[in-house]
Amino acid sequence: MAGKKEEANIKAYSQNFTTMTPGPFAKKMRTCVIFQIIRFIIINLKMLVVVSKSH
Amino acid sequence: MARLVVLGGGVSGHTAATFAAKWLGSAHEVVVVTPNAKWNWIPSNIWVGVGQMSKEEVTFDLAPVYAKAGITYKQAKALSLNPEGNATSNKPFVTIEFTAPGKEGTTENIEYDYIINATGPKLNFGATPGLGEGSNLGEHTVSVCTADHAVHASHELEKCIQKMKKGERQKFLIGTGHGMCTCQGAAFEYIFNIEHELNRAGVRDMADIKWISNESFLGDFGVGGLHMKTMGYAVSSKIFAESLFTERGVDWIIGAHVNKVESGKAHYELLDGTMGEEEFNFSMLIPPFAGVGLKAFDKTGEDITTTVFAPNGFMKVDANYAAGAYENWKASDWPKTYQNPTYSNMFACGIAFAPPHPISKPMSSPNGTPINPTPPRTGMPSGIIGKAVAHSICDKILKGENAPLHEASMANMGAACVASAGKGLFNGTAAAMTIYPVVPDFDKYPGTGRDTDYTFGEIGLAGHWIKHILHHLFIWKAKLKAGWTLIPE
Ligand SMILES: Cc1cc2nc3c(=O)[nH]c(=O)nc-3n(C[C@H](O)[C@H](O)[C@H](O)COP(=O)(O)OP(=O)(O)OC[C@H]3O[C@@H](n4cnc5c(N)ncnc54)[C@H](O)[C@@H]3O)c2cc1C
Repeated sequence: MAGKKEEANIKAYSQNFTTMTPGPFAKKMRTCVIFQIIRFIIINLKMLVVVSKSH
Repeated sequence: MARLVVLGGGVSGHTAATFAAKWLGSAHEVVVVTPNAKWNWIPSNIWVGVGQMSKEEVTFDLAPVYAKAGITYKQAKALSLNPEGNATSNKPFVTIEFTAPGKEGTTENIEYDYIINATGPKLNFGATPGLGEGSNLGEHTVSVCTADHAVHASHELEKCIQKMKKGERQKFLIGTGHGMCTCQGAAFEYIFNIEHELNRAGVRDMADIKWISNESFLGDFGVGGLHMKTMGYAVSSKIFAESLFTERGVDWIIGAHVNKVESGKAHYELLDGTMGEEEFNFSMLIPPFAGVGLKAFDKTGEDITTTVFAPNGFMKVDANYAAGAYENWKASDWPKTYQNPTYSNMFACGIAFAPPHPISKPMSSPNGTPINPTPPRTGMPSGIIGKAVAHSICDKILKGENAPLHEASMANMGAACVASAGKGLFNGTAAAMTIYPVVPDFDKYPGTGRDTDYTFGEIGLAGHWIKHILHHLFIWKAKLKAGWTLIPE
């Protein structure tokens, strides 16, 4: 089987045929600790901006 | 000395009461009437429901916290309001019924100068035959709406896991249990936490997991969906939601009004009018929400409930309830001060206020069955509104009756939401999102209705860390520990 594991859940012309699906790199980055520490800081800053606009 | 009575010690009422007590000091009295002895950080019930947290970790006793804050605490539920007093007195009062052990069933009238209704939702399981009776959960499905429900759900989940380990395939059906539900976010979190736990238990391949909801598109979440800026595109939450469901092997049924539940089977009607049924071994279906059923009487004892409350039982506030069709909706329909239009010393906050209309576009099947999400009022808006209302009342007490009211419109406010997709220090994930404003303003932001500079979302471990830290931060804040006022709502 030459297909990619990440794409195996998509079924032709089913309800999930038209969506996007993450590849191995995108999935790896989601739990890559170094990358996520950086994202942690960025997300917190973004959230603080929205919180400060809302109070 | 003025007396402020807060009905409901949940997210919104607890915020309002604790800030009011701090601002008013001992010169005035703050009374909280709430039926439970414990405060519950409801968002973490999801983790209780998959056995990753205990009830004790998401709850704490209210009595010592209110004693520390100088708040008079009545473990009771409010029954009715007399905003004009009665035949013998002009002083407004609320009638409460105690729920505290030893005092159950006894009633008391508490006079007030100001009152905040923060009674949250009645979990209206009884609206769907087979889902439950009144506000009580039935026997066919589980719930994560209260900590006790979530403990029960985790036990049922464990039984399914054991069956799968013995080679018995199991069907999971998670979502909304009626065409007029809100809180899709909680069901979304629960379905992915279950999927995560089944992977952890090594039985994922033995499970068929399906989503069922009243959303007209996946990712609506009761806010009409949202567009997030990604790689230079404004991308609909539909794309992200469908992507996640596909990646995790979860099928979905949308535009569904679950109209009957029986043992192992849910019956539903779709937006196109067709009927269907879905079998399950384990199901968590969020019930529709209604007001808790408070009554109101005028001075003569005449029932004025329909003057004070909307037909769904939520309290009328300064919203435009006459906006009519979706095409006429405006951001300005949404309340700003949460003051009752008839009685100026009554306010409502959190889920207890009557919204002017949904946020998602109303839809119905050709049979006339309404199927659309009702508007969510999540933790952050509930907290912010509670604080704004407390601020208004404190100003009136301290600065005079004409002090201007504080405003906190959901059409002018953002929300940060973190939706867990699985718990784990290094393998957990959560979708961290911000949305600004919560209620889309298509005049100000034509097209998407939101400011895409402040509306974003991404899934990853960082989101999980934030969710976990928020769990501890909000319980710290609710316990009024050092620096609690510095933690934003
Ligand atoms: C499973 C689940 C997960 C969630 N996850 C999130 C999340 O991740 N993020 C988020 O932002 N939001 C989340 N929410 C929504 C959040 O919990 C609500 O927005 C919030 O609790 C609303 O606050 P509230 O004070 O209006 O209502 P509640 O917190 O429900 O408080 C209402 C209080 O009133 C009391 N009460 C009821 N009847 C009476 C009466 N007659 N008299 C006096 N008191 C009464 C109740 O006992 C309760 O203490 C979730 C909700 C659920 C169900």
